Amino acid sequence: MATETTAAQHVEPLALEEAGMCVDANGGAIGMPQLCFDWFPNQMFWLAVTLVVIFLVLSRVALPRIAAILAERQGTITNDIAAAEDLKAKAVEAEAAYNQALADARTEAQVIVAKAKADIQAELDVAIQKADAEIAAKSAESEKAIAEIRAGALDSVKAVATDTAAELVSVLGGSVDAKAVDAAVASRLKG
Amino acid sequence: MASESMGVEHVSEESGLVFHPMDQFIVKPLFGDGPIAWYTPTNVTLWMALAVLAIIALMVLSTRKRAIVPGRGQSIAELAYGFVYKMVEDVTGKDGIKYFPYIMTLFLFIVCANFLGLIPGSFTTTSHLAVTVVMALAVFLTVTVLGFYLHGVSFLKLFWIEQAPLVLRPILALIEVISYFVRPVSHSIRLMGNMMAGHAVMKVFAAFAGLAVIAPVSVLAISAIYALEILVSFIQAYVFAILTCVYLKDALHPQH
Repeated sequence: MATETTAAQHVEPLALEEAGMCVDANGGAIGMPQLCFDWFPNQMFWLAVTLVVIFLVLSRVALPRIAAILAERQGTITNDIAAAEDLKAKAVEAEAAYNQALADARTEAQVIVAKAKADIQAELDVAIQKADAEIAAKSAESEKAIAEIRAGALDSVKAVATDTAAELVSVLGGSVDAKAVDAAVASRLKG
Repeated sequence: MASESMGVEHVSEESGLVFHPMDQFIVKPLFGDGPIAWYTPTNVTLWMALAVLAIIALMVLSTRKRAIVPGRGQSIAELAYGFVYKMVEDVTGKDGIKYFPYIMTLFLFIVCANFLGLIPGSFTTTSHLAVTVVMALAVFLTVTVLGFYLHGVSFLKLFWIEQAPLVLRPILALIEVISYFVRPVSHSIRLMGNMMAGHAVMKVFAAFAGLAVIAPVSVLAISAIYALEILVSFIQAYVFAILTCVYLKDALHPQH
């Protein structure tokens, strides 16, 4: 029995295959179904239909659409990059302008500071000169007053000395000779 | 005949393992089960239609809004577009761009069919020789006709390598001709073989899950193979498309 079945296994599918059958009585495959020529026309026909349908769908609808999408995206990206570069250039320009303005303002400020310093210096100089002049005038005046006072004081001293000398002479019982007293006072004051 | 095939089933049931790794590739009519004529709607029709719907959803519905800032769906559509467009441009040059929709069609069909085939219980249309051979032959014939149309007889310079020494040129020409005619074979069998092998391997591991002892290993193995298959699904679509570009480049610029 066992040998018979193995023999059957070996012989039967071959016999069936030779008879041009691709499927055994149980619906199992005999050999390679790929080599069953009965099925070739069917597969070839449906493959042709399939490929034609796919080709039409792709070439009429899908591929032009995707090409358009990609082209549009490329265009958008190019535009965006151009716009971005434009904006960047503008930003650089703005920065340069800002720096320029800053530098200008600094120079101007320095000029103003220098001018203010010079003005103040000039005013100060004038004021100092004026003050010096005033001080000189005042001191001259003062010196004059002091000289006057000194002269006045000398005169007073002379008068007081003369008076006192006359008084002393009279108290001591002498006769007062005005000329002699003056001369005596004058010679003493000189000494 | 019936009793004998029952016997086969009986033996596999006894061992507890049922291997039918190739049954997933059987083409069945969608309605009834008569003979399969060329026009019969079959599971091939169904899964190819689903691939078409997936492509429409991805490439048309998701780009409906034409957003400047894309959503998720639109991003994927744009990625796919950019990916294939750049591939065509890089490989074939500027004058290959007009063939971009054809290559996009092939790439999207293969990638969608491959990924749909990864859904458990689905039917993988790209695992069938008939499908890949038609695509590979279409590419081969188009490229050959285009080469002769654009360059006339000088298209044959493709096989006459002028940089090589004169003695070697006939030998190289023979090799080049052989490799040129092998292109559609390798082009189609690479895709079909990868898809079929991966799915068959998953089925085999799934059958091993019937034994409780090795079931955990089997489940882990299926997960690993499934992850690999996701990668393979994309890579094979990419390989098919880039080879198409390479062949197209030969037609556009036959001089090496």
